[in-house]
Amino acid sequence: MIEFQNVQKTYLVSGRQVPALQSTSLRVEAGEVFGLIGHSGAGKSTMLRLINRLEAPSGGRIMVDGEDVTALDSAGLRAFRRRVGMIFQHFNLLSSKTVAANIAMPLELAGGHSRAEIKVRVDELLARVGLTDHARKYPAQLSGGQKQRVGIARALATRPKILLCDEATSALDPQTTGQVLQLLAEINRELGLTIVLITHEMDVIRRVCDRVAVLDAGTVVEQGTVADVFLHPKHATTRRFVFEAEHVDEGDLMSSYSHVEGRILRLTFRGEATYAPLLGRIARETGVDYSILGGRIDRIREEPYGQLTIALVGGDLDAALARFDAADVTVEVIR
Amino acid sequence: MDAFLAFFADIDWPEIWQATLDTLQMLGWSMFFTVLLGLPLGVLLFLTGKRQLLEQPIVYGLLSFLVNVLRSIPFIILLILMIPVTVWLIGTSLGVEGAIPPLVVGAAPFLARLVETALREVDRGIIEATQAMGASLWQIVTRTLLPEALPGLIAAATVTAIALVSYTAMAGVIGGGGLGDLAIRFGYQRFQTNVMVVTVVLLLILVQVLQMVGDRLVVKFSRR
Repeated sequence: MIEFQNVQKTYLVSGRQVPALQSTSLRVEAGEVFGLIGHSGAGKSTMLRLINRLEAPSGGRIMVDGEDVTALDSAGLRAFRRRVGMIFQHFNLLSSKTVAANIAMPLELAGGHSRAEIKVRVDELLARVGLTDHARKYPAQLSGGQKQRVGIARALATRPKILLCDEATSALDPQTTGQVLQLLAEINRELGLTIVLITHEMDVIRRVCDRVAVLDAGTVVEQGTVADVFLHPKHATTRRFVFEAEHVDEGDLMSSYSHVEGRILRLTFRGEATYAPLLGRIARETGVDYSILGGRIDRIREEPYGQLTIALVGGDLDAALARFDAADVTVEVIR
Repeated sequence: MDAFLAFFADIDWPEIWQATLDTLQMLGWSMFFTVLLGLPLGVLLFLTGKRQLLEQPIVYGLLSFLVNVLRSIPFIILLILMIPVTVWLIGTSLGVEGAIPPLVVGAAPFLARLVETALREVDRGIIEATQAMGASLWQIVTRTLLPEALPGLIAAATVTAIALVSYTAMAGVIGGGGLGDLAIRFGYQRFQTNVMVVTVVLLLILVQVLQMVGDRLVVKFSRR
């Protein structure tokens, strides 16, 4: 659906070329929710804006739905942008227009829609985002979550195939963030919309994304399915994001294990294995004793997972490892 | 009370009425042309400015210089400098018509600067969102920039209209007529203090009304 081919971007800052994005190749498949995570200044915002050419690339090509976005003339670009919706961290609604008028705006700009058609479409969108009763209000009268839902309705007005989300939940409280993410997941599922979102929160990625790319200093340092990247982070930047999301510090954790006896393992269960009584059974059968040092059981999108850090002493350690392996539990030996 | 009435006894009221009409006419026409010229000029200043949609340092530099030159000429001198241009434009430099070109040339650059400042207050994110919807430059200006900046633009027009009131008072120097002219000819040159008082009161009322209407409109169109 979206393909970056050796795309790079440099900015001219007081006469010097400053790279914002190193040569990057990446694919976003149709119908998936793709997350770009990175700290501020990592280049994720640039990458998102390259897709609808709010930023022009300094090199490389960007193909969207088989069309070379980098080669479009200005009329072609305007037509293309109508097929790509976008929502923003600070919502960017027109303060001078009502909720209904904000949602109608992309249709009016596009032209070729009668007043009656626009009204029907706006009502439909208001119902989808649950704001039917707020049609005549102005954005200043709405809460942050409601504003973002107006933003989503506006972005969907022209029935785009792609939705770009620029830190769409970063200005919202945790509860509202949950509702907005749920709405995004819903429209992805029901409309088959391809969603690209950028964020600096691993939790947002975990809750809605299918795949993720981790950006650091203008380079994609790691990418893959969210489960793979989240459960087995390889790059230092990714590890930092994951540990941030779990509110633990990797270094502190290791030093607190220093007086623990035996082998320390990290077990990762996925899918149904998460709920199976594996640990007790294997301990009984192989004679190892275990103590649980830490862990978390949660979901990545809909898939349950568990990650436990345990210490094993005594018994037949090799047999225990083999049994875990046979049960599709990923074992990492930490010490 | 009698003394108060006696003070105003020798005032030629029809003449005051005529001067008031002249002032309102000068104000109306010059405001019309000031907006017609100043608004597009202000939009152009904004768009060609640094990091804006049509960034053009040379065009911006030239426009900005022109605006600064016109704004730095004292209006009384601009009135005289403009005489040949006014004659060429409308055939005379006298009367209400003759005062309008210098008034517009004096006020339009002032309004343009205020418009530029008002447009800079529009959130860049909103402009970006409009771009992302596939809007053309014309649509960005007419559907987003001007409506979003409307309260600021009304405030700018109010300040400009009030500046024009005081400019019209100087138009008497080149035979422009109006209340200011009356105040100078009768109140100052013939020592008729009563005429001076009446014209000043009328100008004061005019300014108050303009400011009040402007403020009301700003409140009406503020949605933030």
